[in-house]
Amino acid sequence: MTALLSIRHLTTGFVLGGRLIPAVNDVSFDIEPGETLGLVGESGSGKSVSALSILRLVQPPGRITAGSIVFRGRDLLTLSDAEMRRVRGAEISLIFQEPMTALNPVFTVGDQIAEALLVHGRASRAAARRRAIELLQTVKLPDPERRARDYPHQLSGGMRQRVLIAIALACQPALLIADEPTTALDVTIQAEILDLLREMKARFHLSLLLITHDLGVVAETADRVAVMYAGRIVEEAPVREIFRAPTHPYTRGLLASIPGLTPGTRLRAIEGTVPDLGALPKGCAFGPRCPDHFDLCDTEPPPFYEAGIDQRARCYLYRSKTEDR
Amino acid sequence: MAAAGPVPLLDVRHLTKEFQQRHGLWQPRAVTRAVNDVSFTIHEGQTFGLVGESGSGKTTTGRCILRLIEPTSGEVWFRGENVLQYSHDELRRARRHMQIVFQDPYSSLNPRMRARQIVEEPLVIHKEGNRQERRARVAELFRLVGLDPAHLERYPHQFSGGQRQRIGVARALALNPSLVIADEPVSALDVSIQAQVVNLLMDLQQRLKLTYLFIAHDLRLVEHISARVAVMYRGRIVELGPTARLFSAPQHPYTRALLSAVPIPDPDAVRHRIPIQAEWFEPALPLREAVPGHWAAI
Repeated sequence: MTALLSIRHLTTGFVLGGRLIPAVNDVSFDIEPGETLGLVGESGSGKSVSALSILRLVQPPGRITAGSIVFRGRDLLTLSDAEMRRVRGAEISLIFQEPMTALNPVFTVGDQIAEALLVHGRASRAAARRRAIELLQTVKLPDPERRARDYPHQLSGGMRQRVLIAIALACQPALLIADEPTTALDVTIQAEILDLLREMKARFHLSLLLITHDLGVVAETADRVAVMYAGRIVEEAPVREIFRAPTHPYTRGLLASIPGLTPGTRLRAIEGTVPDLGALPKGCAFGPRCPDHFDLCDTEPPPFYEAGIDQRARCYLYRSKTEDR
Repeated sequence: MAAAGPVPLLDVRHLTKEFQQRHGLWQPRAVTRAVNDVSFTIHEGQTFGLVGESGSGKTTTGRCILRLIEPTSGEVWFRGENVLQYSHDELRRARRHMQIVFQDPYSSLNPRMRARQIVEEPLVIHKEGNRQERRARVAELFRLVGLDPAHLERYPHQFSGGQRQRIGVARALALNPSLVIADEPVSALDVSIQAQVVNLLMDLQQRLKLTYLFIAHDLRLVEHISARVAVMYRGRIVELGPTARLFSAPQHPYTRALLSAVPIPDPDAVRHRIPIQAEWFEPALPLREAVPGHWAAI
């Protein structure tokens, strides 16, 4: 199977004080047709910048400095701006965290869905309106004819997120990037939106890049998981392996710090703080916080090693394992 | 709902807060009950968790207890006195015993003040000690919450989110309060940092015999830290009980729905989502004791 999206050595930096700070550092991953990849990390880990890089929406002083983003056989980084505009929204769609700020407050939601179709020349004005109502029905917004005439402020947070999904699906993209799509929502609404995303994915045979900090959301939604730390992917594996047998000490630490396993006891926190991207350690970025730290970790950032079947980790603990093969 | 045994440190009775809203200039005022007949008790040294979704009234409840928002009616008994009867001066004196830690460590600290001044301010307001004593106390508080006293002169933006929340905790503890209301104290923090701050709060509780009202939307977190829990929905408590029992045998359908919606960090977990139904709350039923100590509005 050829990957729908194949990213290799993507590096996106921000120029600050004359220096290039790498927000995304040598990131590579594939997304297969119909697959959901969960991109997990804490704030500043580079997961959102990765998403913006795919769509070439990184704003100065940020810029993509290296790598390739091959989507349906073309490197998006070599396309003209006009060609890239035809990709955005039509072949790759993005939904954001904040369902309020992502919608325009002065247009009805029906108009905003129709606009997505008109921009890409997919329908006449009348047809776009009809299609907008159909899309609202598809995302299960009750009473779609009436809701199409509503303005964003008349809708609840969950309804707005449904509208954003309708806009994202309007041109039948092959890849949907969802950046923390449920973070601003209450847990009961989050459950509904995750159910909807799963259903839409199956119905339209979408690939999904799901960006989140919530390991519970990842467990329920993703087929494969990539864990980011300080701009790099540190572990990648099928979802079951990530939760059953995490290999990178950071992944293990994240899973152990989730409350609810033994109420009343101390949580197993990861000590220390995320390093400043402008002052990364010479070796492994997680080294200073790592419980398994040893001298090799301070030499240079570890490459990927095979840590299990279909599981790789940027960690020297797995060096010998790879050499044994 | 008085529990047997010693007098509770905090006893909230029939607390109600009404907001009047006008939806249009010519329309009559509509009354919204943000907090509706809320009653619960917290015993000394205990953590009481208040959970609910946005708009449930959990934050307003916390603020009404401190009279940061004036409640419409009800009673708040704290150390045997009704806080709602206090004069302005009495309230000020009482506030040293009841403190609050806010959700957002980015906006709750004055960006123009140094960390030392932020932590020292309550001591100055309550005229505690002389300058030198206050300085020593601030350094001691810094160490208590796991901050380096060498960073006392820094400004908030020079600290990470987790460190800023530690400053918020140090400030809340400056006057040796007995009750700390923690309103979503870790929800703005990353997972790995959340665990650090939760551990800190649990350690401090043991060392200083603190009593917590822990307000949060994260059920797993509340389950972890609380001895007893109340679940709020649209201003009312719909269920209240010992944590283990409430989480293992929820009585109110809303509690069951809420628990069923929490994502489980296990790809093989079996999920049975329960959608919320309006008829669960119509008519609003009073709390009744389903099992001793475990109340539900069913």
